[in-house]
Amino acid sequence: MSAPTDLPVQALTAHRGPYFGRFGGRFVPEALVAALDELDREFTAAMADPAFTAELDHLHRTYSGRPSILTEAKRFAAHAGGARVLLKREDLNHTGSHKINNVLGQALLTKRMGKKRVIAETGAGQHGVATATAAALLDLDCVIYMGEEDTRRQSLNVARMKLLGAEVIPVTAGSRTLKDAINEAMRDWVTNVADTHYLLGTVAGPHPFPTMVRDFHRIIGVEARQQVLDLVGRLPDVVVACVGGGSNAIGIFHAFLDDAGVALLGLEAGGDGVDTGRHASSITGGLPGVLHGNRTFVLQDEDGQTVESHSISAGLDYPGVGPEHSWLHEIGRATYEPVTDAEAMEAFRLLCRTEGIIPAIESAHALAGALRAGQRLGPDGIVLVNLSGRGDKDVDTAARWFGLVPDAEQTPAVTAEGTEAGDR
Amino acid sequence: MSAHTRVGDVLADARAEGRAALVAYLPVGFPTVDDSVAACRALVEGGADIVEVGVPYSDPLMDGPVIQHAVEAALERGARPRDAFLAVRAVADAGAVPLVMTYWNLVDRYGVERFAADLADAGGAGLITPDLIPDEADEWFAAADKHDLDKVFLVAPSSTDERLVSTVRACRGFVYAASTMGVTGTRGTVGNAAEALVARTKAVTDLPVCVGLGVSNRAQAAEVAAFADGVIVGSAFVKVLADAPDRESGLDALRALAADLAAGVREGRTA
Repeated sequence: MSAPTDLPVQALTAHRGPYFGRFGGRFVPEALVAALDELDREFTAAMADPAFTAELDHLHRTYSGRPSILTEAKRFAAHAGGARVLLKREDLNHTGSHKINNVLGQALLTKRMGKKRVIAETGAGQHGVATATAAALLDLDCVIYMGEEDTRRQSLNVARMKLLGAEVIPVTAGSRTLKDAINEAMRDWVTNVADTHYLLGTVAGPHPFPTMVRDFHRIIGVEARQQVLDLVGRLPDVVVACVGGGSNAIGIFHAFLDDAGVALLGLEAGGDGVDTGRHASSITGGLPGVLHGNRTFVLQDEDGQTVESHSISAGLDYPGVGPEHSWLHEIGRATYEPVTDAEAMEAFRLLCRTEGIIPAIESAHALAGALRAGQRLGPDGIVLVNLSGRGDKDVDTAARWFGLVPDAEQTPAVTAEGTEAGDR
Repeated sequence: MSAHTRVGDVLADARAEGRAALVAYLPVGFPTVDDSVAACRALVEGGADIVEVGVPYSDPLMDGPVIQHAVEAALERGARPRDAFLAVRAVADAGAVPLVMTYWNLVDRYGVERFAADLADAGGAGLITPDLIPDEADEWFAAADKHDLDKVFLVAPSSTDERLVSTVRACRGFVYAASTMGVTGTRGTVGNAAEALVARTKAVTDLPVCVGLGVSNRAQAAEVAAFADGVIVGSAFVKVLADAPDRESGLDALRALAADLAAGVREGRTA
């Protein structure tokens, strides 16, 4: 019954980039290479420095609220084939999601490198808010790039970032959404790299970002693995998480990579359905290519032009995915499946009604996956779900989806808004 | 130490004439494929020695607003990577040396070997790869060697001495010195970072070094020509084309700017 505590030497967990199989690497302008090398060196040194890890641990415990708790969702589980469903409550972290784990780590690293300015991209605004938060705490200048379309859709998060002292720059290039915000942040970085750190918000980008961001989120799985053992006396049958860029998923998967008996299930945003072409399922519906500095699965056309992604969840609305996920898919260690907008919103509603928890719509994709996984496993199954964020930011979207706002546009209007945002 | 290449020959000839070469960039497909092919020809008529044909990409993260808008427009009108070979052929027929400048995913999707073969068939001399560093370029090295194509990689003011050495070793044709830290676009001053970078690069290679990012007028061209083997101009040409009221006046303006810059690269050495 007890889990192995010593990992084999040839562990999957030992992979550190630049490459994960044929994925990863550095497809960047030469001008950034020196900064990436510096970042790699400083990150490696920092993680080996007890003073750095102690400071990060202190912030986790006294600022963001770690360890996050494990909640058994018994009423929700009744809809999941009777399997036990355990929620890792990253939604209870300060700023409302797992994002703070990575942001605090990189912000401390920025100080350590002697840089005074951070820039970041944001889609829904969660990573932007978390970055603005850490910048305020650690006295760093902060500029957030956000697609103009997203600033309109997420005006409250724009206000939050401004309240926290950040400058928010709407990006009017391209499709005016997350991928264009990343392009613009990269342009800023290449221009100001001497005094600026690009605080990338997911496990994508050029090496060392996929490894570094993963390592800052690893704590999710490390905590959860022990919490599950303490609660039920064995490891879960499956660990479930939503995957956009994939930071919360890799964060909870990583501690389980070498537990061969634990299945890993990543849920991509299926939008209107992968067969409609309107989705954000990079692994299910994309092809290997190069985007934003790494080789990975990319939504692209036959010429290699990036195809606009579609999802009701702004946080999953990205046409690429972290290279480690592409590798885990290729070697068959993790499974990736799409969840449509409608399935996600049904799981969203179910968690609200059965557990009194309003999840982020991103996390609702994981919840839909948990329902599937539980139905496959039956009553003996144990499903661990990363509840990566809370749904406060999504109340407006959900209210429209469910028709709860008088005179509000109904469901098709939400979808139509996505279309308007997405189409070139 | 450099192999005998068409790009190398053009730059050597310019050096023998006591001048720098003019290297001009335009993206294919802007404002239309047909117009852009004519525009590349106009650059040669105006005096460009080498033409970099850009391939429109959805995520041009090394480019500033002028080129971004042009390639967005090109993509909206349906420009395809293979259209670049039409412009390449036109440049070669007009008597200049064509290179293709492209973000890597387009070549990756097309197939590296197939892209190299088609480029060579069209009369292209090689590739400039702004987001491909030699560390990731094994497949391209093999294809370039097979088809006798030039490999132009970038160096930057932030490049360490070690990386300058490893990058110039991977180059064939010339070394592209990105003169300022930043994206493409015209600048009021070229700055002295360019001269320092060229000096550092020339200390580790006999290959010609061409300078890009920021040059837009004759005086700047002359300034850069004083220390570089080639002067690369992109956004200024794109802007001329974007601002033109019609096709003919756009082509005239391109020829005029190319001629002005061609005069500039001939003034630098005596300035």
